[in-house]
Formats: sequence, C-alpha cells, structure tokens
Amino acid sequence: MVTDDRQTDRPGATSPDRPILQMRGIVKQFPGARALDGVDLDVRAGEVHCLLGQNGAGKSTLIKVLAGAHQPDDGEILVDGAPVTIANPVAGLRLGVATMYQELDVVDGLSVAENVYLGHELASGGFTQRRAATQRTREVLRRLGHGDVSPHREVGSLPAAGKQIVSMARALSHDARVIVMDEPSAVLDSEEVANLFRVVRELTAQGVAVVYISHRLEEIRQIGDRITVLKDGRTVATGLPVASTPTDELIRLMTGRTVEYAIPRRPAVAADAPVVLSVDGLTVRGEFQDVSFDVRAGEVVGLAGLVGSGRSEVLETVFGARRPTAGTVTVDGKRVRPGTVGAAVRAGIGLCPEERKSQGLLLDEPVYRNITLSTFARTARASFLDEVTEKRTAREQIEALDLRPADPERTARTLSGGNQQKVLLARWLVHGCRVLLLDEPTRGVDVGARAEIYGIVADLTAQGVAVVVVSSEIEEVLGLADRVLVLSEGRVVHTGPASEIDEHRVLDLVMEGSAA
Amino acid sequence: MSEQGTSASASARVPAADESARIEKTGGATAVDRRARNPLRGAAGRNLGLVIALVLVCLVGVITAGERFASIDNLMTILRLAAVLGVISIGMTFVITGGGIDLSVGSVIGLSSVWASTLATQTMAQNFHWSVMVFTALAVGLGAGLVNGVLIAYGRVVAFIATLAMMVAARGLAEMIANRQTQVVRVPAFSDVFRLQPLGVPMLVWIFAVVAVVGWVLLNRTTFGRRTVAVGGNPEAARLAGINVKRHTMYLYALVGLTAGIGGVMFLGRTTAGSSTNGLYYELDAIAAVVVGGTLLAGGRGTIVGTVLGVLIFTTLRNVFTQNNLSISAQAVAIGVIIVAAVMLQQRIAERSRAVT
Repeated sequence: MVTDDRQTDRPGATSPDRPILQMRGIVKQFPGARALDGVDLDVRAGEVHCLLGQNGAGKSTLIKVLAGAHQPDDGEILVDGAPVTIANPVAGLRLGVATMYQELDVVDGLSVAENVYLGHELASGGFTQRRAATQRTREVLRRLGHGDVSPHREVGSLPAAGKQIVSMARALSHDARVIVMDEPSAVLDSEEVANLFRVVRELTAQGVAVVYISHRLEEIRQIGDRITVLKDGRTVATGLPVASTPTDELIRLMTGRTVEYAIPRRPAVAADAPVVLSVDGLTVRGEFQDVSFDVRAGEVVGLAGLVGSGRSEVLETVFGARRPTAGTVTVDGKRVRPGTVGAAVRAGIGLCPEERKSQGLLLDEPVYRNITLSTFARTARASFLDEVTEKRTAREQIEALDLRPADPERTARTLSGGNQQKVLLARWLVHGCRVLLLDEPTRGVDVGARAEIYGIVADLTAQGVAVVVVSSEIEEVLGLADRVLVLSEGRVVHTGPASEIDEHRVLDLVMEGSAA
Repeated sequence: MSEQGTSASASARVPAADESARIEKTGGATAVDRRARNPLRGAAGRNLGLVIALVLVCLVGVITAGERFASIDNLMTILRLAAVLGVISIGMTFVITGGGIDLSVGSVIGLSSVWASTLATQTMAQNFHWSVMVFTALAVGLGAGLVNGVLIAYGRVVAFIATLAMMVAARGLAEMIANRQTQVVRVPAFSDVFRLQPLGVPMLVWIFAVVAVVGWVLLNRTTFGRRTVAVGGNPEAARLAGINVKRHTMYLYALVGLTAGIGGVMFLGRTTAGSSTNGLYYELDAIAAVVVGGTLLAGGRGTIVGTVLGVLIFTTLRNVFTQNNLSISAQAVAIGVIIVAAVMLQQRIAERSRAVT
C-alpha cells in the first residue's frame, strides 16, 4: 500500500480543505464473493478524485455503498469528519452525494425536467409543479452549458451524450457536494468528452468534489487531481498526485504486473492475399449510403467515425442483422443472402456486438454454453446435444484465450468485461469464421485484458481471418487496422492505409464531412 | 482474478503444464465455485423445496382426512386429475422458458375436444375409427398453436394479446361447433383405451408421464431445448449467434398448441363429453403451476421436474380441500393466496442466486 499523507496539501487539489468525504476500511460481502475488503478513500472539496481499477476491482460496489444502494458490512463513512450511515439512496442524496451510474439511469418516456426531478418532484398538495420544475431545470442545464436542451424534450429522443447531461443535471438538482461519475466518457465521443471535462472543471471551481471513474488513463491525465487505485476489493494506493505518477506505475498498481499497453505489430498483408470479404455499395436508407470496401485474408480494416456516423450499422448490415436497401456482401466470392443473420453465419461471418451484455451473452447460462451458442447444433447428434464435446471445446478456448476464471460452468454474468469479450471471441473461434466483425472490442475492458484482446486479433489475422473493427477510440482503430475507412454522417469520406493518417486528420475529416 | 503474470503477446499461448494445473485447481476448489455447486442451491435445491411442499400438503391431507386421503384410489384420482393439467403445463413450460406466454391453452382444449367429438357423434357417426378423432384433436391443437406462433413471431403481435384473442375466439368457435350442446362420445374402442390400467396406473397418468419424460429430454438434451433457453434468455444474443429466433418462437407456440390438443383428447377420454366449456381456466392453472415450479416468467430458465411438482402440489391441494368439504369458492381464495406466497418465495431464491454480480 502506497502511503498517503492527507494532511499535507498537494498541488493540483484546488481546495486545501480537509476531506469532505472519507471512507475507512469498507468491507462488503456478497454471497460467494467479497466485493470490498477494506477500502479507504478520501475526497476533498473541489477536486477531481479518480478511482482506478480493473473490472471486478470493486469500483462499482464502492460507489453503490457511497450512494446508499448497498450497505457496508464493516468500515465507516465520514462526511465533514462526522460518521454517517447511508441507509438508502435518498439518505445519500440528503448528505450531498449524487451518483451518475454507468448504465444511464434515465427514464426514456419522461421529459428532461421530469427526469431531473425524478424521485424528488417539486410538488404542492400532491400536484407536481411543472412550471417551477421546468424553470429550475433550465437553470441547471444552463449551468452545465446546455441551455439548448429543452426541459420539455422526451429523454428517449436524446443521444447518449444528451442523456448524460440529464443525468448530471439531476445530480446537480440535489445540491450535491460530491458527484460520483461512473465511466461517464464510455458512451461519449471525443468532442463530447471535452464538453464533459469543461462541466467538471466548472463544478470543481464551485467547490463540488467529483469522484471520476474511467478506464482511459489519458483522460485521467487531463482531468484528475488525485488518484485512488483499487485492486481485488482493496485500496492499493490512495491520494496519488495525477501530475507526478507515471502511467506504468499506475498499470502496475492496477494489475499487479507490468503490461505493455501496446498493440502488437503484425506483418504487412501480402498484396496477393485473396479478398475474403467484399462489401459493395451497401446502403441502408436513413443510416448510411454507398459503403464499399474489401478485406483480404489476414487484413484488418477499421471503421472510424463518431457515434451516429453509421459505423456500427455498417457492421450489423454486413452481418445480416439489418436489411440493406441496396448493395451486396460477398464472402470468398459468394454472395451472402442479405438481411438474414443465419446466412451470414453460414457464410463464415462472426460479430462481436457493441453491447456485450444485451446483444451477446446469455448472462445466466454457463460460460461453455455461451461459447458454443453458434455451434451446439453442429456438435449435436440427431438433435441430441453433445455436452461433453461442448465442454471440451470450451475448455480448449478458455485455455487458449487465457479466460479467467478458467471454469466453463461459471455463469457469464460473473465474468469481467474483458473475459466476457473473450467468451464472444471464443464463440466465433469455435465456429471457425472467415470474417470477424468487432464492434467496440475493448469498451469496458481493463488494461490487461485489452492487450490480450489485441493479441487475439493478431493471432486471427495470422490464420488468415479477415477482420473489420469499429471503435470510438480512434487510436485503437488506427493501431489495429491496416486500412481505415472514415465515416461521417453515413458516408465514407476517406479510405486509405492506417499508417498514413493520424488521429487529428481523422477528426478533421469527420468535421469536414459533417459540415458538407 | 489470477495474479499469475501473463505476457501480453498472445502469440506465445502454448498451454504450459502449470497452466493446465491451474485450470484444474480453479475448476473445483475456490469458495465461490463450491457455493455455486452446492446441490441445495441450484435447480435441485429448488426442486427439493417443492418436494417438501408436496410432502407437507400430503401430511395435511393424511391428518385431516385420514383414510379417505391416504388410499390408492384417492392417489389415482389425484393423478388422473393432474394428468390433463400436467400435459399442457409441460407445453407451457417451453413457451414461458422461451420468453412467451400462452393464454389460449384452456380454450384450445375445449375447441379440440368439441371438434373431435362432433366429428365422432354427428359428421361421421358410427362407422369410423377412433384414431380419426384423436388425430383431429391433435391437428386442431397444433393448428391453433401455429396460428398463435405465426401471429407472434412474424406478425409481431405481443404474445399476451395474440393468445388472449385466441382464448376468446377458440372458445367462441367451440360453442358454435357444439351448438351449445354437450356431445357424448359413445365409441367403445376409444373408451376402452382410456379404461386400460397398465401396471395398475390409469392411461391418463401414463400419457402425462410420457409427455413429461419427452418434455424433459427435449428441454435438457436437445438443440430445441437449448434454443428455447437462448431465445428466452436473450433473444438478441440468440439472433446474433445465428439462431432463427422467429422460427423457433413459432415452433414453441405450435408445441404448446399440440399439448393442448393432447389435453383435449385426454379430456374426452376422461369425461367422454365434448363440451365447449372443457378446459375452462386451465391456462391460469398451468401458468401458476409452471411459475411455482421454478420456471422464470421472464424466460431463459425452465424446469420440467419443477413443473410436474407444481402440478402435483396444486392438484393434491385441491383434493385435500375437497376431502375437507371446503367450498369451491373458498378453495379458489386459498389457492390464490398460495400462488402469491409461492411466487414470492421463488423470487427470493432467484435473487439470492443472482446476488453475485
């Protein structure tokens, strides 16, 4: 444990006050798992306190304890130096602790104002005071720099970034002194992230403390003041100054090992490598138009663009999950019947979808059944399942991909994000695909597993698989891909080798594209 | 999470001897795993709870009704009454596991029995083989189920509404065919089959047993069952894994329709009367038995053994009530209370098994 001296002031923390929030030796026991095993955290007014840790380190549980959604089994929480119990989320809000959860906790069918005041509606005599709520919502939104969002707008019609703003406005409507943000940037593009940071800086300037959780180290460099690192439910370091802690030190603390956060170099694709996937003039009206590209055996093609540029929709259409209005998809020279997933899978296309939990996994089923979800019918004999073979296959993949814990019987729900992604990769490896489509392969995946996933992609290409990758992190797309297509508002605005373009150029192209 | 260092380069992934040793170790020894494999926590544990509940109900029966309850004759009565409900509950288990619901099974029992009995008594009179009657009932059940399935899977009608419509319409059609009269089937060969008691067990009970065994194998040992769980657990994931979700959904409703057809035949066999009121409210009893048995109403998890136990508990309970001269109305109230209590208990158990997140 790295020592912290919280009495001394550090540069970076805007306020030299004593901590407004302290957690001491927090323990939380779930049936079968000790999620928190002695966590310390102290947060000062006006600082951005970053909480780092791999998936499963206990970050989510910790903030739920802080919000009052979970009760700790041991340890104490102090607000302004006085011990408190946070019996339920309402008590947490009364103490000035507001939480923005990772899964945006907004109700799509309600208006912005109704969402902001959800649970603490302004009312008199049982009647909601809509006018007052609207007025105050407008003020909060203006404070967040989003006076352009109407309080009357239905939240379901807002993009993810807009929902984030609503969630933040709700936190502010409680006069929160501590705002916990659980991976707020996960659903945002770089432009929206910049706006998020601006809001965070304004909040801290007003003395609000922000507990910021993110997997992206570069973001923490930009926004954070101090860092607390969690590993396996324990605090391994607290109060580290952002400015003077090297990245490899943070990674070592988080993982307990040294990992090169790098994408492995792959040999260049031979010019005579056969074209495996050929997409020609693919169009879905209202989503994207005239997208054409070829992927050779062993090649990685990246689709870069902002959320809403149509990049995920292209993948889904290639996979047959959407019906194209025009265009063709060809695998190994054979046309794939459009708009049917079954035909795409038979042709050897596999997709690891963007939303692993809702689109990829049977969360309550064991790992091996998730791995064999595309192949169980093939191993079955006369419709009777062959679970022995299924488990053996799953075990082989678990070993090959270093999936942890290495237990094929474990339910998929209990795995970390990185290991869930490995389950999906394993599914298509077992199926034996010619084309692998990866949508946000490392979203919500911790640093260690990320490098492993890059390694798996490199292995696959070495075996001649054609890979198409989509990611919000432009660096990742450029690093993984041999060739890059830049999409903007549903149109391809650039195609070229990944080595000849950098992140800034991609952003420029995207901006030009949306201006045109 | 393992502490063992792993090199970032994935190309060097030859399983070393110590790695496979580690896999063996994590395979059976950690605290979490032992807990997850504790037989009292999984499906077996839930079924044990149901067995205990059934034993309790029987004890109450023995104490309150004595000889009248604890006789072979009464046991066979209970099983005979459980048989029709049991068969359609097996079908219902599949639909609910697959993320759906079927409110029309009771009406389809009525429709299939009336259609078949009308055929026997009027259209074809005496000169036909009783198997035609059986075949008709099964075809009517399957057909009604297919209509439900096509409407739900391809017509995108919500299952609740589509089967609600079928429930109303099938009952109406049954009344039209029967012309509001009860058709008594006098086909000696048919009645004889149902009077058979191989090994001292009535034919109806044999049919229930066979359907239950086939259902168990189908759900737990075949690709059909695996697809059912996948479609009910996460339809989007199933679709993106290459499973034809729509077609499978249609099959599920056809299957439950077929079991309702079998139920119709059994009803005729038991009562020899084709009446449009046959099977009234059976859909509700079936849903209750399935859910009390431990099948998740939201889909994705189903248990045939649980359903069989659920059916037996309900039927035995009714029998105990009747033995104690409880009025039908009082029985209804008691059963309503018991359903709520059982489902609340089920949810507690389900939550506990999911708490590790």
